[in-house]
Amino acid sequence: MLYVDAVSRSFDARRVLKGVSFAVAGGRMTGFVGANGAGKTTTMRIILGVLAADEGELTWNGSSLTREARQRFGYLPEERGLYPKMTVADQVVYLGRLHGLDRAAAVRRTAELLDRLGLGERAGDKLEKLSLGNQQRAQIAAALVHDPELLVLDEPFSGLDPLAVDVVVQVLRERAAAGVPVLFSSHQLDVVERLCDDLVIIADGMIRAAGPRERLRSDHTLPRYQLRVDGDTGDTGWLRDVPGVTLLDLDGARAVFELAPGTDDQEILRAALARSPVRSFGPVVPTLSEIFREVIR
Amino acid sequence: MNTLTAAKLVAARELRVKLHDKTFVFSMLSLLFFAVAAGVLPALLNGGPVTVATADTTVAATLAHNKEFKPLKVADDAAAEQKVRDGAAAAAVIAGPEVLAMRETPKDLVQALSVSPHTRLLDPNAVNQTLAFLVPYAIAFVFFSTNLLFGMQIAQSVTEEKQSRIVEILVASVPVRALLAGKVAAMTLLSLCQITLLGIVALTGARFAGVDTGALHLLEPAIGWFLPFYAIGFVMLATLWAAVGALAGQQQDLQGTSLPVQLTVMAPFILVIALRSHVAAIRFMAYFPLSAPVAMPVRLFGGHAAWWEPVAALLILAATAALMLLLGSRLYEGSLLRTNGRTSWATAWKSRTAF
Repeated sequence: MLYVDAVSRSFDARRVLKGVSFAVAGGRMTGFVGANGAGKTTTMRIILGVLAADEGELTWNGSSLTREARQRFGYLPEERGLYPKMTVADQVVYLGRLHGLDRAAAVRRTAELLDRLGLGERAGDKLEKLSLGNQQRAQIAAALVHDPELLVLDEPFSGLDPLAVDVVVQVLRERAAAGVPVLFSSHQLDVVERLCDDLVIIADGMIRAAGPRERLRSDHTLPRYQLRVDGDTGDTGWLRDVPGVTLLDLDGARAVFELAPGTDDQEILRAALARSPVRSFGPVVPTLSEIFREVIR
Repeated sequence: MNTLTAAKLVAARELRVKLHDKTFVFSMLSLLFFAVAAGVLPALLNGGPVTVATADTTVAATLAHNKEFKPLKVADDAAAEQKVRDGAAAAAVIAGPEVLAMRETPKDLVQALSVSPHTRLLDPNAVNQTLAFLVPYAIAFVFFSTNLLFGMQIAQSVTEEKQSRIVEILVASVPVRALLAGKVAAMTLLSLCQITLLGIVALTGARFAGVDTGALHLLEPAIGWFLPFYAIGFVMLATLWAAVGALAGQQQDLQGTSLPVQLTVMAPFILVIALRSHVAAIRFMAYFPLSAPVAMPVRLFGGHAAWWEPVAALLILAATAALMLLLGSRLYEGSLLRTNGRTSWATAWKSRTAF
């Protein structure tokens, strides 16, 4: 478990992180979202020790985060890059060794990972000979080669084709299932929504929301419902006259409405059933982008 | 993993990459080739003994004692002259005695047949004029060119890591000091191997070329001392090379950022050659750290230095090197992660707190 506790950081006079706190729990995929310049990359660099925090502390499994612990972390920086003139396998082995693997283990892990990521046949090629998508895969291999105890991935899916996204998602899920905390940032909110167990939302250097995805969803669920009835026999226009109902959207057989506090949703359902067959009825769950827009407002 | 282990891994990679880099290996080999050529060619060009045709038995006997000449016994003076005209002999000695040659007076032969007055040298240690120019020039040139070659390699390797953005992964994996130490160690080792080879080639060449033993007696300590001076002198500037590599965001900025260090290496090269016969200037430069690696060996070769002088200069050099290591690593650390274009020296100096 990694705790980021009240971390602040300024560049010159500009405060880019203002008391940032959140947790990354083992075995869970934590999505880190925020607009450009919100402070995601700076936070990640501080976790990896590439930057120092001005204030605040980081703890790893209960004790202060040290260089030795960080060495067993895996990191995919936002600014990608490997040695252009070194072969794919050579540099993944080299990075594995810098993270503390012995030569034999580094060679074995590299071969496994490159196969897994579909780069096995390109292992002996110089990096610069690879397509951008394949360079990206090599970069992911470099982040994973030493079986990291924590994964920090800055925009891991940007630049990946859909097939590669699937492979990477699968690999990351396996790591999480093995108990590794995984923190990843992304602009693609639909991907984050599909992947993450926990969510951290940052705006203007401050954490606006953090916690399990389902809890954030229910916290931000409005008393909003959608009713859909059989299109041939019924319509939903009668809702207009029901006390406590505010119609937001009406489209013949489908209606979206809000209920005033104290109004029983089951009453509405019974009234609808009495008029025509009901195809669906239930609360409207907000999407991640809706929650995001709301919390960063 | 500690810093030392990390630095060893970094150094091993540097060595591997450099030794696989054809351009770099070619530069190393051509330097060596020039040294071989400079040492051995004069000896080869010198050729063997000169053939002298003569009918005079006494002259033939005299020449037979001198290994520079090979007497060719002929029947009479006419035959001797004919041998010279045919090219079978370079010169002939006929009755008179008279020396025959085609175009040039064979001075060595004339001298060998003459009676010279007794000479007494007042400064027997003084080296002949050609060597007095050649040796300081060679030492200065070798220091300058290898420092530039290997120093630029450090700078380029740092810039490459910055430009390719891999530096962020590296910094997240190992201490910055390990990165720096690994690079500096690898290049110091390579350049020292190169210098040692050059030294061996130069001394062997000098023996082949028949440099007289008096000069060898001075050349050996000069080259012997040059090695430690070179090593510490290289380390002194190595972190500065790394720093200018980090100041440049891309390879095309490197010429600009490295210019101050290039000038630092070039200045002693020019000054030592220009002032080589100015004893006081060389003495000062022999102790001044930036020029000591060139000037002290030159002073030793001139035969002017007491035994303790190189030791003292080496200590001053080592102390300066320690200071420069701190200075260079601070600049390196301060600019390594600034990936937006060129970093100024002042910004790099101030922004070390980034770590």
